[in-house]
Amino acid sequence: MEQSYLIDLKQVVKRFPMGKGSFTALKGLDLQFEAGEFAGLIGPSGSGKTTLLNIIGTLDLPSEGGGTVLGHPIEHLKASEAALLRKERIGFIFQSYNLLQVHTVFENVEFPLLLLGMPSEERRKKVMEALDWVGLADRHRSRPSQLSGGECQRVAIARAMVKQPSLVLADEPTANLDAANSHHVLKTMQQLNEAFQTTFLFATHDEKVISYLKRKIYLMDGQLVKDERV
Amino acid sequence: MKLAWLLAWRNLMGAGLRTFLNVLVLSFAFVMILWMEGVMVGWDQQSKEDMRAWSIGAGQYWHPAYDAYDVLSLTDAHAVIPKETVRSGLVPVLATQASLFPQGRMMPVRLNGIPSQQSLLKLPTAALDTTMDAIPALMGTSMASKVHLNRGDRVLVQWRDRNGTFDAMEIELVDVFQTTVPAVDAGQVWIDLSVLQELMMLPNEATWLTMGEATVDSERMAPFVWKPFSELTRDIDAMIETKSSGQAVFYVVLLLLAMLAIFDTQVLSIFRRQKEIGTYVALGYTRREVVWLFTVEGSMHAVLAALLAAVYGIPLLWWQSVVGFTIPMDTEGFGMAIAPTLYPVYSLGLVVTTFVLVLITTGLVSYWPSRRIAKMNPTDALRGKIQ
Ligand SMILES: Nc1ncnc2c1ncn2[C@@H]1O[C@H](COP(=O)(O)OP(=O)(O)OP(=O)(O)O)[C@@H](O)[C@H]1O
Ligand SMILES: [Mg+2]
Repeated sequence: MEQSYLIDLKQVVKRFPMGKGSFTALKGLDLQFEAGEFAGLIGPSGSGKTTLLNIIGTLDLPSEGGGTVLGHPIEHLKASEAALLRKERIGFIFQSYNLLQVHTVFENVEFPLLLLGMPSEERRKKVMEALDWVGLADRHRSRPSQLSGGECQRVAIARAMVKQPSLVLADEPTANLDAANSHHVLKTMQQLNEAFQTTFLFATHDEKVISYLKRKIYLMDGQLVKDERV
Repeated sequence: MKLAWLLAWRNLMGAGLRTFLNVLVLSFAFVMILWMEGVMVGWDQQSKEDMRAWSIGAGQYWHPAYDAYDVLSLTDAHAVIPKETVRSGLVPVLATQASLFPQGRMMPVRLNGIPSQQSLLKLPTAALDTTMDAIPALMGTSMASKVHLNRGDRVLVQWRDRNGTFDAMEIELVDVFQTTVPAVDAGQVWIDLSVLQELMMLPNEATWLTMGEATVDSERMAPFVWKPFSELTRDIDAMIETKSSGQAVFYVVLLLLAMLAIFDTQVLSIFRRQKEIGTYVALGYTRREVVWLFTVEGSMHAVLAALLAAVYGIPLLWWQSVVGFTIPMDTEGFGMAIAPTLYPVYSLGLVVTTFVLVLITTGLVSYWPSRRIAKMNPTDALRGKIQ
C-alpha cells in the first residue's frame, strides 16, 4: 500500500561536510506525495528546499534515511539507474532556465526525446505539441539568447514536459521573472498538471507561486513545520 | 553515440572563432606531417631511382675484395669477367686508385673504366668512343669544378699498373655530366674500360659488374658476389630515417601547440559550462556519459582539422608533388644521391596513420581534463559552484 505513493520519504537526513564537522541541512524528513499533486516546499533561504528537491530528483543521495521515488529506493540507487529514472520519468525546471545556448528552442525541447532514442517523426510531433502547450510554437527556430526570461522558462517547461514525465521538479522557477511572466508560467504549469495529472513539486518562497499551490509544505532549518492542503 | 557527435558539432560551431583557431592550428600540423613525411618518402624513392639509373642498376656483382669505402681495397679487387655471362644488360667496371695533377696540385681520384658502348647507366659514355692523342675522360660537374677543368681541357693522370709500376698520361675531358648521385661524381674519373684494362695490364678484368636485371646466378659469376639493390641502397634508408626524425621535431612542436590549445579549451569549457554539465545529468546522462560527451567534443577538433586540411591541403600537397620542393642545403655534405628538387610522395597509409595519430592524441588531450566531470557533484555543477 505504501507503493501507491509516488514519492515516499522516510527520515531523510542530509549532512554536508563543513570545516572539520558537518552541517545538517535536512533533519529527518517524512513526506509522501501522490500522483497528480501540485505541491510546493516553502521556506526561507537555507531551509533545505533545494537540498530536498535534489534528493527527490536523484541528483543527490540522502546521508541517512531513504524511501522511494517513483518506486525506486533512493538510498542505494546506482548512478546509471538514477540517470535512467531521470531520463524517462523526471523533468527539471531551474531558476536560471539552464537552456542549452547553442541549440534552438526546438532542439532544446527535442533533447530529452533524443536521449530516449525516439524516431525523428515522432520527436517532431511531440516537440511542436509541447511548444504549443507553452505558446511558443512559432518561436521554435529561435535561440535562447533571442528570448525573454519568461519565454526561456516556458521553453524549459516544454523541455521538462515533452517526454510526459511522472514528476516535474521546479526550483524557484519564477525567481528571475516579473509578475506578469510569473503568472503566465504558473498558469501554464497548472494547466499541464490538470491536463496530464503530472505531479509538480516546487521549491519557492515566492508568494505568487504559493498562491497557485494545492499543497504547501513549510520547511524551517531542515525540518517540516507545516503541511497544508488547499 | 550519434547524439554525442551531434552535440559536439553544435557546441563547437557555437564556440565559433575559438574552434576555428584550434582547428586551424591542428590542420597545419596535419598538413605539415603529411608534407614532410611525403618529402622524405619522395626523397628516398628518388634517391634510389637515381642510384639505379646512374650507378647500381638492379644490383651489382662485387669482387669479394672490393670495399666501396676503402680505396686501398682496389689494388686486389679485380678478376676476369666470367665469359659466358657477358651480355647486353651487364656493365663491368674496373676501378683503380689514381692521382690527378691539375694546376700543379696533386689530387687522389678513382679512375673507373666503363664500356663506352654501355647504355644501362645514364653516364654519357658514348663520348669516350673517340680517338685522340690523350685518353678521353668524363667527369661529373662537381668534380670538374673542383679541379677547375672544362670540357676540352687536359690534365695529367698517374696510376700504378698490376705490377705496382707508376705510369702517367694526359686525359682530355670530353664531356661533363650533371648528376645527383655523388657516388659517380665526387672524386671519380671515367674512361673507357678497355683502355684502363690495357693501362693496368688487366685484360678482361673488372672490379664490379652492374646488372640491368636482378637475375642472380652466383655460381657462374664466381668469384663475384651478388649485392642486391636493397643492400646497396641501405645507406639511403638510414640517412632518410635520421633526416626524418630530425624533421619530426617541427611537427611534433606544431602538434604540441595544437594540443595545448585544445587542452586549454577543454579545461576552460569544463569550468565555464558547469551548469550545462549539471543540466545534462538532470536530463538523464550519467557523469561518465558527460565525460564521453566532452571527450568527443574535443576529439572532433581532429575531425574538423582533417576536413579543413583536406580543403587547402589536397591542392597544396598535390601542387607540391608536381612542382617539387628544393631543400635549401649544402648538397656537398651528403654522401648520397641528393636530388636538387624533391617530389613528395604520399600514400593512403601515410594519410590514415597521420589521421589516427592526430585523432588519438586529440582524444587523449580532450579526455584528460574531462575526467574531472566524473568527480563533480551534479548539484554543485548546477549551481555553478565548482572552483
Ligand atoms: N553542497 C553543499 N555544501 C555545503 N552546504 C550546503 C550545500 N548545499 C547546501 N548547503 C547548505 O544547506 C542548507 C540548505 O541549502 P538549500 O540550498 O537546500 O537551501 P534552500 O532552502 O534551497 O535556500 P534558497 O532559498 O536560498 O535556495 C544551506 O544552509 C546551505 O548552505
Ligand atoms: Mg534553493
